[in-house]
Amino acid sequence: MGLFILRRLGVMILTALCLTFIVFWLTNLAPNLEKLAKTQGNARMSDEAVVSWLENRGYSQALPVKYGQWLGVMPGYVIEGADGEVRARCAGPGVEVADASTFCGILQGDWGFSTVFKDDVSTIVATRLGLTGKLMFWVMMVMIPGALILGVLAGMREGSRTDRSLSTVSIISTATPEYVSGVVFISVFATATFGMQWFKGTATSAMEDATFENFFLPVMTIALYGMGYIARMTRASMTEVMTAQYIRTARLKGVSFPKIVLRHALRNALIAPFTVIMLQFPWLLNGVVIVETLFNYKGFGWVLVQAAGNNDIELLLGVSIVSVFVVLITQLISDIGYVFLNPRIRIS
Amino acid sequence: MEALSWTGSLGTILNPALTLVVALFAIALVAQLVLGLFAAPMTLQSNADGTLQSRGGALGMSETAVKYLFLGLIAVVVAYILVPLVMPYGSAGILGEMSKRFLPVWIALVALYAVSIIYKRKLGLYGKLFDSTVGMIGFGLVMFWVFTALFVGLFDMIITHDYLSQVSGLKNKTPGVPVPEGTDGAIAHYLLGGDNLARDIFSRVVTGSVFVIAIAPLATIFAFMVGITLGLPAGFYGGKLDTFLSFVANLILAFPVILLFYLLVTPEIVETGIPSYMAAFLFIFPLIFFGVLLNSRFYTQPAKRNMILAPVLIVLGWLYLSVINQKGTVINFLPEWMDLFDISILVVFVSVVFVNAPTVFRIVRGLTLDLRTRDYVAAAQTRGEGAWYIMLWEILPNARGPLIVDFCLRIGYTTILLGTLGFFGLGLSSESPDWGSTINEGRKLLLIYAHPALPPAVALLSLVLGLNLLADGLREESLKD
Repeated sequence: MGLFILRRLGVMILTALCLTFIVFWLTNLAPNLEKLAKTQGNARMSDEAVVSWLENRGYSQALPVKYGQWLGVMPGYVIEGADGEVRARCAGPGVEVADASTFCGILQGDWGFSTVFKDDVSTIVATRLGLTGKLMFWVMMVMIPGALILGVLAGMREGSRTDRSLSTVSIISTATPEYVSGVVFISVFATATFGMQWFKGTATSAMEDATFENFFLPVMTIALYGMGYIARMTRASMTEVMTAQYIRTARLKGVSFPKIVLRHALRNALIAPFTVIMLQFPWLLNGVVIVETLFNYKGFGWVLVQAAGNNDIELLLGVSIVSVFVVLITQLISDIGYVFLNPRIRIS
Repeated sequence: MEALSWTGSLGTILNPALTLVVALFAIALVAQLVLGLFAAPMTLQSNADGTLQSRGGALGMSETAVKYLFLGLIAVVVAYILVPLVMPYGSAGILGEMSKRFLPVWIALVALYAVSIIYKRKLGLYGKLFDSTVGMIGFGLVMFWVFTALFVGLFDMIITHDYLSQVSGLKNKTPGVPVPEGTDGAIAHYLLGGDNLARDIFSRVVTGSVFVIAIAPLATIFAFMVGITLGLPAGFYGGKLDTFLSFVANLILAFPVILLFYLLVTPEIVETGIPSYMAAFLFIFPLIFFGVLLNSRFYTQPAKRNMILAPVLIVLGWLYLSVINQKGTVINFLPEWMDLFDISILVVFVSVVFVNAPTVFRIVRGLTLDLRTRDYVAAAQTRGEGAWYIMLWEILPNARGPLIVDFCLRIGYTTILLGTLGFFGLGLSSESPDWGSTINEGRKLLLIYAHPALPPAVALLSLVLGLNLLADGLREESLKD
């Protein structure tokens, strides 16, 4: 088990390195850097000005060198620019070049500086993650119980009318992407078009003070899309369990049906959905980006859009590291959890 | 000209009927669900005298009620579609006029269903689809949009106005608004109102279907080609090849899709030519696939193989070169007369294929791992067949069931991805009538004008829902064998 986790961790770190390098490479392509120079400096810069702007700020170094500096395994640049000013990578605003440390990268805990928000990437990511965490918490509180109940009810009697109706509900929910359900929810429940103006169409005020009125629609929008998928997986696992030998034995002994479902079937049926719920996190991230844009909730997904739209390299890298680690760690948890939950694997 | 109401004079009879049937249906459905939780699992009971009796009591009644009310609901909806066809212009309201515009689609659908149901026993898996209600509904929704796209794309039928022309005074006007005198167009109203640039929403949504129906299945086919060509050897050989390919697939899957889109689908990246190189890489897989497929079958008869393989490869090769060869990008070497077409949205196409291929790879690899231990594989190996013959002619046909089901689901997912791209305004021009971009345009003023964003949202939902239901029906029917 220990070896398994170690190997998974190794693969995880390798994946994270590869992914960040790809993001780094894509954001550091020449046209992207030119765009960055023009948005940060002056939109009407001449080509020579762009080149010197980039050179002065260390963007013209070789790609592996820049990546090494960002990681913190190579000393940060100190460049005397064409304009006579000395700039150092590790000298942020308010730090003298002479006082700057030699290494400043992710490994030293320095995530860099956002060119759009004019703030440290680590503080931006931390505050925005907190906001998104709040959203995700409520999404989970709605989605998981809803999906499990839907799946268990549908799966306990395969092929019955209850099963058919509930399965159709879960198909409809998987077929509704967030930008569709969000638009429909807003126009039905947040405008006067249908006379049901019960909720707010934006969640901006929910950042400080989340109430039922301003938080219900975004939470429902994300939860709905994921719910159907988990419900279908729960249903599949429940139907499989319900045909098992020990369920038949329990039935023949005369155990009542509700007792069979709750005592005997449910525990084994919930192993597979656990894995699925864990693997849903990366998909939820997509939903978060869409919903935060749609409802103007300035969380992690909103930052992703801002960073990517403005080619804010270090913020984008920070965002991708966080999202990649969320994906990989949930995969790891789902693997380990599966082994722990399933006695057949655990004991052998 | 007066503005159209939603249902016109038709509504005085049908609207109360619809409300009544929907309310009763909902009550019966809830009753059936609640009662079903406490009932014994039995649908038919046999009596001592040899007759069969369906379930009685409250639950039995609610089940019968659900069945008949569902039929009633369908009847009312069909009435909404059919009755306006014989009513004069304008008297059947917006819904009636829309139904009239879709007349060619209704005819095509009825013809298709009639032929399919008559010959369903001779049509294999496709015919079996008509045994399942869910599958039939799903297939109907999908074919509705397919026919719409065909009639709009090829014959310019259904649309009422040009989807790009702006008519002054119709900005953000509500559905059913009359257009000013002398405006070009098939009818004198904007059926679903005008958007924020005073364009006809109905025509835009209908035109948008052409984009989705053209791109989504094609992109899915390419993703399947890539996934199958790489997944079969990975599952069959295992070892280092499998480790490497799985690592790469997991790498792509670990990327949040939206981040990948934001990184790949920007004008700056198009400038560097990366999408063109990716297209050159990804689109070669159909060539490899068909080349290996035919070669592995016919390599013992070289003359016959050359006869078959040469034309296939020449045609595919030419198509391949025309697709990747684009004016104004890094890959632009073909002479003008050889370049068949330019795809303006190559980057959208490439990124959608790129995102879908790893998942297909994982499915194919999993299926191959399972199937390679079967007896028929061992038999083929004993006969001395080559590895590629076994993979493509023994394993792949036996994996078709799950692959067909996944293909349907994946077209739906691709549709969602295309909508996502449009929603973030990536890769598509803001003029583009595709549903994602139209939703994006509409959402900006959503709290003031809800009508521009809703029709494309409902259209996208119905297509994806249709594909999901179709996949569910196919899965159910293929499991019955």
